[in-house]
Amino acid sequence: MAIEPANLHEKEPHMGQHVEIERIQKMLNQFQHNLPLSSTPYADMARQLGMPEQQLLTLLEELKSSQVISRIGAVFKPNRIGVSTLAAMAVPQHRLIDIANIISAYPAVNHNYEREHHFNLWFVVTAENKQQLNRTLKDMEQKTGIVILSLPMEKDYHIDLGFPLQLIDGGTKNNKGEH
Amino acid sequence: MINQRLLIAALQNGLPLVSHPYAEIARQINSTEQEVIDHIATMQQQGDIKRMGIVVRHRKLGYTANAMVVWDIADEQVDELGACFGQFDFVTLSYRRPRHLPDWPYNLFCMIHGQDRDDVLNNLQLMINSCNVEHIKYSVLFSKRCFKQRGAIYINEKSIKESA
Repeated sequence: MAIEPANLHEKEPHMGQHVEIERIQKMLNQFQHNLPLSSTPYADMARQLGMPEQQLLTLLEELKSSQVISRIGAVFKPNRIGVSTLAAMAVPQHRLIDIANIISAYPAVNHNYEREHHFNLWFVVTAENKQQLNRTLKDMEQKTGIVILSLPMEKDYHIDLGFPLQLIDGGTKNNKGEH
Repeated sequence: MINQRLLIAALQNGLPLVSHPYAEIARQINSTEQEVIDHIATMQQQGDIKRMGIVVRHRKLGYTANAMVVWDIADEQVDELGACFGQFDFVTLSYRRPRHLPDWPYNLFCMIHGQDRDDVLNNLQLMINSCNVEHIKYSVLFSKRCFKQRGAIYINEKSIKESA
């Protein structure tokens, strides 16, 4: 299964859709890494992609507002400029949405997912330092009445979420590894 | 001198979508465009910034299956297997984390993104075969609802205002 047109466009699907998705795929794969560090990064990107700067800015704006792009910018290495932990809670099913909303409301939380397990709520908590992190975790436990399992990273073997994307219909299963 | 805390606080929200985004950030933090660019380059060289680029939401792009696979691996083997799992393109993250006995016996965490469950499970099988871990206990935690996803906020804006 590939991309749902509705995710990229508010409009009805049309003939130019494939071309559009191909263009977006090219842009994303080229610039998930190596954003130009020049005075005019978007103009540089636009030149490489063969479109005017303004068109690229509009496209990025659209992809941001439709939430396909979360942001354009820096991904920091964990635990270098601050501290973080992966936290888990075992939440009774009937309280899950309420508890999840309480947790999401903390600015210190960036990811918050339900997962298939006895520990069914998983979230990442960040802070500037350990004391602040512990305060936040304690506060969460008090507010929810649920014990937190805190699993900070001890060693990083690999992290890169910028893997090559394959967005064209039917592509993933058959074309993997061709690009 | 550039204030790194202010720069990180500005960067964690993403670059503005204007012709001169680094100049715009410089304006926000009382610095110059060149200082901002140089400092980001330094942070990249030092490894504090892992990558500069477009950050996507995979779910919105059709990568709806995401599993956290957790393994209970003997301490002396965990480095070797953490690296082995990390080689695969579809493994976006491979971390060692502490056990929490008796509730939580797992010490190695991998994230696998895929377009559906079978995609993820096939890839998992490939990892198991390639890294020879048929005998090791693991658990697959597929994600269900996403309640929140955004970039990390290490420095909250309130504390910036207080220190300014």
